[in-house]
Amino acid sequence: MATTYKIIDKTTLTGNQSSVSFTGLGAYSSDYTDLIIKISARTTRSDNHEQIKLRFNDNGDTAYRIKRLNGDGGGAWSDTDYTTYGYCGFVSASTATSNTFGNGEIYIPNFSSNIYKSYSSDTVSENNASQAFASLQGGLWEKTDAITKISLFPNQANDFVSGSSFYLYGIKNS
Amino acid sequence: MAATYEPIYSTTLGSDQSSVSLSSFGGYTDLVLVVQASTTHTDQGARGYIQFNGETSVYSDTWIQGDGSNAGSSRDTSDTYLAFCVMGNSSNSFGTYILNIQNYTNTSTYKTTLSRSSSQTSNAVRSYVGLYRNTNAITTMTLRADGNIRSGSVISLYGIQAA
Repeated sequence: MATTYKIIDKTTLTGNQSSVSFTGLGAYSSDYTDLIIKISARTTRSDNHEQIKLRFNDNGDTAYRIKRLNGDGGGAWSDTDYTTYGYCGFVSASTATSNTFGNGEIYIPNFSSNIYKSYSSDTVSENNASQAFASLQGGLWEKTDAITKISLFPNQANDFVSGSSFYLYGIKNS
Repeated sequence: MAATYEPIYSTTLGSDQSSVSLSSFGGYTDLVLVVQASTTHTDQGARGYIQFNGETSVYSDTWIQGDGSNAGSSRDTSDTYLAFCVMGNSSNSFGTYILNIQNYTNTSTYKTTLSRSSSQTSNAVRSYVGLYRNTNAITTMTLRADGNIRSGSVISLYGIQAA
C-alpha cells in the first residue's frame, strides 16, 4: 500500500519576502491527488495580524470566492468575498508579541481535476496580548484548470518576515 | 519508522448516490476521511453525515459556524447520523470536508470526531466536534447526505498509525 503525505517542497525565508511560490506542480499530478500547505509565518504589517492570500497559476481574474469564520478573542463573525485573490486566514504581524508566528494549513483536494477547485484553510495568529485571530475559511477558484502553481502573499503588499516557513505536501488517495 | 497516513479507500462517484459504505479499514489508530462533494438536495444547507457500525440515534455534535454574515454555534443530540459537514447543493462546485476519527478501535471509550467543513457555496463554513456514544470498535461506516451525494464527488479514507 502506498505511503502518502510526502513533502514536495519547502522554504524557510532567510530575509523578508513579498511572496512565496510553489511551481511545477503539474509534474506531481500523477503522483498525488491532494495538496497540503503548512504555514508558519509573520508579516511586516504595522498591526498584530495580517490576512494571507493566494493565487493559483498566477490567475488574477475575479474568480476566487471565500466564506470566512473568524474569531479574535473578543467575538466571532463571518463574511464573504469574491475577488482576484483567494484568502486563507490570518498570521501574526509586526506588533504581535516578538518572535510569535501564526500557523495554518491549507488543504486543496484534487488539484489537477477538471472541476472548480475548492480549498479549506484553518489558521491562527497567536499573540500573547489582548487580540489574536482564529479563522476557518472555505475557498473556491472558479476555474477548471489543473493547479500548476500556488503563490502566497501578505494581504496588504507587506512582506513575510525572515524565519517564516512554508511546507508543501502531496497526498495520494490510492 | 512505521509508515502512516496511508490511503485505504477512494472513490469518485459515477452517478448520484444516496450513500457510500466503507469497511475493512482495521490496523490503524486514527482515520481521516476527506470528502470533496455536493448534494442534489434543494437546500443550500444540506448536510453530510456519517454512520458507524450501522447504528442510529447514538450521535451528538456541536459546531461553530459562519454563514457569510453571522457567526454562531449550536448542537444536536441523539441524532440518527453524525453530522460533520455542510455539503450544500451546488452542481458545479464541491466543498472540502475533512473528518478526523480518533482511536476508532478502542473498546473502552465513546468515540470522538473533529471535522472541518469548508464550502464557499454551501450556506456555512463549520467546525464540528462529534460523539459516537458507543464503546464498540468502529468496523464500518456509511457516508450519507441530505438528498443524494452528487456524481463526481470524491471520497477518500486514510489511516493514521500511532506506532
